[in-house]
Amino acid sequence: MTKEELKSYLEKTFPGMTQEENIDFLVLWVEKDEIFEVARKLKEDEATRFDFLFDETAIDWQTHFEMVYHMTSTTYRHDLEIKVKLEDRDHAELPSMEPLWKAAEMYENEIYDLFGIRFSGHPHLRRIFMSNEWKGYPLRKDYQDDDVISL
Amino acid sequence: MQLSISLLEITRAIDSWLNSVFHPHLAYGIELVLAGVAVILLVVAMAILMVYAERKLAGFMQLRLGPMRVGKWGTMQAVADVMKLLLKECLTPTNSDKLMFRVAPFVVTIVSFMTLVPIAFAKGIQLWDINIGVFYITAVSSLSVIGILMAGWSSNNKYSLLGAMRSGAQIVSYELSGGLALIVVVMMSGTLSISGIVQAQADGWWIIKGHIPVIIAFVTFVITSTAELNRAPFDLAEAESELTAGYHTEYSGMQFAMFFLSEYTNMFVLSMVAATVFLGGWMPFHIAGLDGLNHFMDYIPGIVWFFGKTFFILFLIVWFRWTFPRLRIDQLLKLEWKYLLPVSIINVLFAAFIALMGWYL
Amino acid sequence: METNDIKHDEFVINVGPQHPSTHGVLRLELWLDGEEIIDSKPHLGYIHRGIEKMSEALGYKQFIYLTSRMDYLSAHINNQACSLAIEKGLQIEAPARAQVIRVLMAELTRLASHQLWWGALGLDLGAVSPFFYAFREREMILEIFEETCGSRLTMNYITPGGVVNDLHPDFVRKVKVLIEQLKGNLHEYYQLLTGNVIFQARTRGVGILSAEDAVSLGCTGPVARASGVKCDVRKLHPYDGYDKVEFKEVLNDKGDNFARYWLRIEEMKQSIYIIEQLIDNIPEGSYREKLKGIVKLPAGEYYQRVETARGELGVYLVSDGKKEPYRVRFRTPNFSNLNALRPMMKGAKIGDMVSMMATLDLIIPDIDR
Repeated sequence: MTKEELKSYLEKTFPGMTQEENIDFLVLWVEKDEIFEVARKLKEDEATRFDFLFDETAIDWQTHFEMVYHMTSTTYRHDLEIKVKLEDRDHAELPSMEPLWKAAEMYENEIYDLFGIRFSGHPHLRRIFMSNEWKGYPLRKDYQDDDVISL
Repeated sequence: MQLSISLLEITRAIDSWLNSVFHPHLAYGIELVLAGVAVILLVVAMAILMVYAERKLAGFMQLRLGPMRVGKWGTMQAVADVMKLLLKECLTPTNSDKLMFRVAPFVVTIVSFMTLVPIAFAKGIQLWDINIGVFYITAVSSLSVIGILMAGWSSNNKYSLLGAMRSGAQIVSYELSGGLALIVVVMMSGTLSISGIVQAQADGWWIIKGHIPVIIAFVTFVITSTAELNRAPFDLAEAESELTAGYHTEYSGMQFAMFFLSEYTNMFVLSMVAATVFLGGWMPFHIAGLDGLNHFMDYIPGIVWFFGKTFFILFLIVWFRWTFPRLRIDQLLKLEWKYLLPVSIINVLFAAFIALMGWYL
Repeated sequence: METNDIKHDEFVINVGPQHPSTHGVLRLELWLDGEEIIDSKPHLGYIHRGIEKMSEALGYKQFIYLTSRMDYLSAHINNQACSLAIEKGLQIEAPARAQVIRVLMAELTRLASHQLWWGALGLDLGAVSPFFYAFREREMILEIFEETCGSRLTMNYITPGGVVNDLHPDFVRKVKVLIEQLKGNLHEYYQLLTGNVIFQARTRGVGILSAEDAVSLGCTGPVARASGVKCDVRKLHPYDGYDKVEFKEVLNDKGDNFARYWLRIEEMKQSIYIIEQLIDNIPEGSYREKLKGIVKLPAGEYYQRVETARGELGVYLVSDGKKEPYRVRFRTPNFSNLNALRPMMKGAKIGDMVSMMATLDLIIPDIDR
């Protein structure tokens, strides 16, 4: 599908969800509670078939988190970006995408390790980069490391 | 015109001199000591030569020069290696089985030295011309498995144990085909003793006289020797990139040097056996009937022929190591049990048929 | 699997982090039943340097230099990705000469990376000699890099706006000599390793990755293409003039170790073909478009995808208008390619683990960033 067709398809299937367009992708803003259903629909629907999740990350905007999913289809070659706004910074939680795309397992491990966002339904959420006893989540903007000396 | 001095005359001269100066029993004792010293010198000289040759050949096959700094063209490299190993501490892990850990290197080394006994270096130069020479060698070389298993078990290390198990399975399997390969020539020459086999090649080497079955047996024997020595492409037991260093991971210093030494000793013993049984031992290259050629070939002393053939097979074994990738353990055992062993058995039957029919030269 | 689930005859061994064949510091926990692997679990983080966090404190022209150290064997291509992302934000395009130079450098990098991969593969499988043959040509490529870019491994040559310096006068001649030698030697490589019976027995039918698994696990690059997935970013989203050169996207549908091996050798041939097309037609002109001293991107997000030697690298820049990026995210190919290890290893033997890791061609600093 071209960008226009995808835009109209998304308006039809998910009415009420805001859409944006940036220089590369079409962006769909989804609520936290609906993200799993939306993702599943996008993956399994014959018209879209988004079977390749090629990036999953988070951005810390100091008042809230933003989860970003980038996906593409190997059959139709269209791309989509999905964003979820997470208001609660201390107890951020989302359903895991691992049942749909196995790649999500490691991406979500990384996000949990560096941001502290938990994923329910993840097979084994663990810290992968920092050591298991590490306190704090390094990629947050308000992360303070006591060992760092400012020169 | 023969060479004016032959090795046999030198040794006979020493023997008669000793007997004239000392009491016969004392002379006998001194001769035993001399023989022992000669064997040790031979082993040491061959080991040093082999280490240098392997590193140089490896270098040339890999577009580089090999050792060049220690001594002119790197000739003192092996001496430097020996000194390094001598000066290292021989660590014994705390939880290991100390007695077996210390004894294992000696078991392996003693077995390698014992296999040197029946080898004929030149006419009459043999430590013990036992009438079951070939059988003795294959039987004694099997004992090295005990040493390897002792080393792997007593190291108290998962990786060493895995390596020793694999190594043991490999050696025990490949001995079957090796023995069957030797039996082909034994059948054709009619004797197990080394001097008898060499004498039977006075009119031509077995690899030429015995044509097809002996060529198949030769190829099988070279493959089997490489496997018995735990050398590439069969060196899974000590593969660095897979399980550190296998059964000799925990050894250091002189104990490691003993394993190293026994591997090189086994290498040249098996090459000597192959040279003796298939390529004629110390017999020059004769073709039955061409007396002029035979007379010419006799000018080169037997010992030079013998070492020339040995070095040729050693070169083959070194060549294999630096060319082929490694076989996995199950592929290794599959090669033996499914391919080499049936081929060897059929070859023995074929050779028996040919020997009965007299269809060899 | 956890250590508490261990059954009676299984045992756990540790491979790494210091190990000659894990291509970096990776710790693999293997659950074994005799010689067979039941499960595996990778432990990362030994070389986590916090590149993403560091980039938030550096300027736009500065954080590029950190990326050479991620996948250090495709250093030019990493720099190219960041430069293109920044150019997208500033809405400028590098001059034609710079684009061709970038493509040449990227293809030379791909060749050098595949050469090292080939040598290391031989080394892991026990054939020691191919390593030295592989480094013969790699040395020539690194010398070419040193003359033009100033350094051999982390070049920092491609920059937003173009390239840092013009080409060395000897560049074209040396590249032509290299191409001639490499074309002749690929046949030698075939004889030494590819056609060898032992090598084929160790790689054919081993480590099969199906196409659905490859897509679901997010694998890209030669790993996915060997399973039949079309994912070459140079063809799908061409950048820097890749749509003007002719080359084939090599595919294979077997998905085993030998398919991945064969595919990389074919990719080397395609890289040589691209270089041959471009080396005589480097356009004249300026090699860099001058940028302001302090680069500030307008607020927004910019995503650039490139094809490194190992797969798809994605640079995701989030800017809030200041002179440092607000968030930089590197979607590295090896992070997802590592996922392929677990399904491939179930039921395989330890000896296969080494050959699987070698053909996956992982670079651990790329995973840990």
